[in-house]
Amino acid sequence: MTRPSRASGRSPAPVGGVTERLQVLLPKLVLSPTVVLVLVFVYGFIAFTGYLSFTGSRILPSFELVGIDNYVRLFSLRNWGIALKNLALFGVLYIAICTAIGLFIAILLDQKIRGEGVLRPIYLYPMALSFIVTGTAWKWFLDPGIGLQNTMHLWGWESFEFTWIKDRNLAIYTIVIAAVWQSSGFVMAMFLAGLRGIDYEILKAAQIDGASNFQLYRRIVIPQLRPAFLSAFVVLAHLAIKSYDLVVALTAGGPGRATEMPATFMYSYTFTRNQMAVGASSAVIMLATIASVIVPYIYAEIRQGRQR
Amino acid sequence: MSAAAQDTAVHTAVRTGRLARAAIYAGLLVFAVYYLLPLYVMVVNSVKPLDEIRSGDMLALPRAFTIAPWLSAWSTAQIGVEPTGLVPYFWNTIRMVVPAVVISTLMGALNGYVLTKWRFRGDTVLFGCLLFACFIPFQIVLIPMASVLGFLNLAGTTAGLVLVHVVYGLGFTTLFFRNYYDAFPTELVKAAQIDGAGFFRIFWRILLPSSGPIIVVTVIWQFTNVWNDFLFGVSFSDYDSMPMTVALNNLVSSSTGVKEYNVHFAGAILAALPTLVVYVVSGRYFVRGLMAGAVKG
Repeated sequence: MTRPSRASGRSPAPVGGVTERLQVLLPKLVLSPTVVLVLVFVYGFIAFTGYLSFTGSRILPSFELVGIDNYVRLFSLRNWGIALKNLALFGVLYIAICTAIGLFIAILLDQKIRGEGVLRPIYLYPMALSFIVTGTAWKWFLDPGIGLQNTMHLWGWESFEFTWIKDRNLAIYTIVIAAVWQSSGFVMAMFLAGLRGIDYEILKAAQIDGASNFQLYRRIVIPQLRPAFLSAFVVLAHLAIKSYDLVVALTAGGPGRATEMPATFMYSYTFTRNQMAVGASSAVIMLATIASVIVPYIYAEIRQGRQR
Repeated sequence: MSAAAQDTAVHTAVRTGRLARAAIYAGLLVFAVYYLLPLYVMVVNSVKPLDEIRSGDMLALPRAFTIAPWLSAWSTAQIGVEPTGLVPYFWNTIRMVVPAVVISTLMGALNGYVLTKWRFRGDTVLFGCLLFACFIPFQIVLIPMASVLGFLNLAGTTAGLVLVHVVYGLGFTTLFFRNYYDAFPTELVKAAQIDGAGFFRIFWRILLPSSGPIIVVTVIWQFTNVWNDFLFGVSFSDYDSMPMTVALNNLVSSSTGVKEYNVHFAGAILAALPTLVVYVVSGRYFVRGLMAGAVKG
């Protein structure tokens, strides 16, 4: 892939007529609606929410500044503490398990498997579903009364117990189960693409040197998958921080507030508890967390693109 | 993946014995069961009478087959205060998805064209800013968006939701087309320019005819995202514009009356069906979109 040089796409110098001048302006004119929309609806809105987080807004936006009071309040709220703890727990498990399962299936699937064309779509289809659908399916499947536990009892395994979804301390793990189910196939696809791009010659050489299959993967294959690991991490981390739909559909933040997450916290404080400024400050923290992952990634990607 | 590409892959170097191969197949099958299980549970229990679910085994095939839950979920189930089923919300979603996908794809195509073939100072920075917009947590825009939609008289309307989805879809659609057009030979564009072809003519005659695959990728990506959206729907819609995902959640989480699990499952499948069909018909492009969304440059 060659990249066009900077000047190559430029139109010829304008000769002077109105149409020629229009031709020169046209590209920027075409791009301008997007620039305006993004400037206002993304960056303007970020600034607006940022400003609100320093005001005393409650039901409606107010513009009177109160300093960092909202942030102080936010971090003293028990619900926010729970939300952060849940996000950390969920995020770490979600990313780790998705990566592990995704890599494992990708390696298995890369062994010249007959029926790969049938298996791959099976691993991937959950990604096409709405989190609300995923949540509905898992909510009733994990329900002790009618779901898995009841089924095991009917099958004769009387002592089988699986009541996580009703348990304050364990409900967060049911969200991990459903989220991993939804996203791990996607991670698999990323690793599979990475595996198929690996240099075959190095592998052959290593094998002639007597490396075992395990060593082959550990020493040569997995290190070469670094870009896929990075992409998977970025995508999963930002999905984890944004996760809202699945929590709403699966546990609605409960039992009690046991599965509160930053996204559900922001929504309930802003729109149902009428503490808009606290909601705004929680949104700012979410943005800052995502930005700390995304900005270095985008920066590196764009720089790399330039050097190509 | 072609046969030639397969031969350069890792597996040709890895030797596996008969036993190891059996274990690999077994492992793959176990995972297949894990991924299919929730879908199986949904389908099987959506055609059982309610008492059979309550008394019985969720993994068993139905003893008494019935399509009543499907009919109920589609047209008579109680959602909110109205016994309308999901059908009005289905149409709300269609009315929202079609314009949102068409507009954002078209704008993305033009943006990608400008950013690769009509480059100007600062275009990379601009692209970086667009890219960052793909990843923002939407919580950061909910409050001002609610005010702006109210100000524009679009609060609670389908037009308002279309606006929201176009704005926050632009980053990805631009990204897709930019990366695609980046590999398109600039010499062709230059030659057409020398022949006197203008901006739109070049786009229309030269780039667009060869954009088939990326249009499919973008449309699928946008369709799936907008169809499956919940946060914007729950924040900015009224009865007349409420999308299907929000209606489904209301149906399932309703705390009044008997929990009709079979109707919930049927409703969930109905809400999932359009994106599932798209996925089955064009899975290859769906995966490509996912990858393009993850790996940039």
